[in-house]
Amino acid sequence: MRGPGALHGRVGRVQSRMGACFVGSHAVFRGKDLHADLGDAAWIDLYLFGITGRRFPAAQLRLLEAFWTYTSYPDARIWNNRVAALAGSARSTGNLGVSAALALSEASIYGRGIDIRAIDFFLRARAAALAGEDLGPWVRRELDARRSLAGYGRPIASGDERVGPILELARALGLAEGPHLGLAFAIETSLLEARLRLRMNYGAVLAALAADLGFSPREYYLFMHPAFLAGMLPCYIEASGNPEGTLFPVPCDGVAYLGRPAREWKRPPGGGP
Amino acid sequence: MGAPGGAAPPEAPPAYMQSRIWREEPEADNPFAARAAYCHGYDIYGDMLGHAGWADMIYLLFRGEAPSPSQAEALELLAVALANPGPREASVHAAMCGGVGGSPAAASLMAALAVGAGSLGGAREVFLAMEAWAECGRNVGAWEKRWADPAPEQVGVWPGAEHPAGFDPHGVTASTPVRQVLDGLSGLDPASHAAWLRANRPALEKAAGHPLSLVAAAAAAFVDLGFSPAEGEMLFLLMRLPGAAAHALEQRGLGHKRFPFYRLDLQDGPREKRP
Repeated sequence: MRGPGALHGRVGRVQSRMGACFVGSHAVFRGKDLHADLGDAAWIDLYLFGITGRRFPAAQLRLLEAFWTYTSYPDARIWNNRVAALAGSARSTGNLGVSAALALSEASIYGRGIDIRAIDFFLRARAAALAGEDLGPWVRRELDARRSLAGYGRPIASGDERVGPILELARALGLAEGPHLGLAFAIETSLLEARLRLRMNYGAVLAALAADLGFSPREYYLFMHPAFLAGMLPCYIEASGNPEGTLFPVPCDGVAYLGRPAREWKRPPGGGP
Repeated sequence: MGAPGGAAPPEAPPAYMQSRIWREEPEADNPFAARAAYCHGYDIYGDMLGHAGWADMIYLLFRGEAPSPSQAEALELLAVALANPGPREASVHAAMCGGVGGSPAAASLMAALAVGAGSLGGAREVFLAMEAWAECGRNVGAWEKRWADPAPEQVGVWPGAEHPAGFDPHGVTASTPVRQVLDGLSGLDPASHAAWLRANRPALEKAAGHPLSLVAAAAAAFVDLGFSPAEGEMLFLLMRLPGAAAHALEQRGLGHKRFPFYRLDLQDGPREKRP
């Protein structure tokens, strides 16, 4: 519907299939009574139910929780963590610092930007393979068109210490036999054979596993939102406990200047305040 | 690290940040305190202070040069036009949600930024509209072709576009303020993109199927000022914050009893508590 017609009927009210709080009585979460029907659910179970409307078996929940655990690094140098730490050092609140750090995690070269592109890549690669496409040329076309492959290569390192442990857990849980994960390995092999030195990183492994678990790109992107959260809080806490302002101090000569030499400000003729 | 006035560290730290924008000279007694700060070569506190305005500083920061009088005037005009989208607008509404509950000031502004970042009247839409300017320029046919045959979108963190950037999907005609902003910008520079947009508004609106929005006027002004789409996106976020801040504070004072909670029609699940 064009124009304000789409708005008139929604003034002052919201329609929802997702839920509501009946204050003083009960709460509904995706059609279920939160306390009566979902009160025994683990938080990750509820979180996934909220995103997908589906419940996941225990083994899958275990693996999915490990997605977050294995990339929770309390290292204040990492860009998003650094925001939480700087917030602590500058004596901001923990909630603000960590919220901003999570917002940063939606980056184009790491985090959520990679996650959603990687699972989309594997879903399309699988569809192409099922349609009879030759994988090697298909991947090269992707690489040419997008100049990178989400989940292959790593911005600041060549190896990825998280890949081994998550694959080990997936195998132990019987969740490492899906077609998308197999495809992810096959793509890595084709890239290495083409001497492109783009090894599969943690993002590729997780996205492939998630595709095998039936996630859509948008569901997976939302699921990964708190992936780095556990590592951020220690960064904030440590910086908060140290003397204020002592994290990453930068002296004036710690910023290399690359710009114009000093010049005199001239008030624009006929303008300005 | 020694205390102020104490011994210097054994080795100077590496210059691990780089900037074309900013240079600071240290005070003689403290390398962490700036004696002077230069923005693209201009002495902020020694020279610009008292002689330059807000628009001068904003333009200088992003473009690296002082604006001409007409550029400063256009930026001032836009700053006034964008400063407060008003409490009906989603980003300001979000900030008011922070105010009403007593959230930190930064949380209200973060809420306004998050909600105002999107592709419906937000900064992402400004970015997309400026990209469209770069592709289509002042060629109505190119705009028509862009909308008739849109390039496939790649999956990413941003939801897919649901209407042509710069147009109001819920509008009937371009609102009076949109036309007033275009009039103002066109008056400053009749050869500008904004003036072209004003002159070609009927044809563009017919092709887009929607009336022009304030985003289109802002995007045209940013193009005229020489900003990139990424710079326009940032500036749009920044320039709409004053209203969000003021309304968040106002709502804090008004309290929750004078803030709508809305009726909710639940379409799935128990409306009554089970016995």
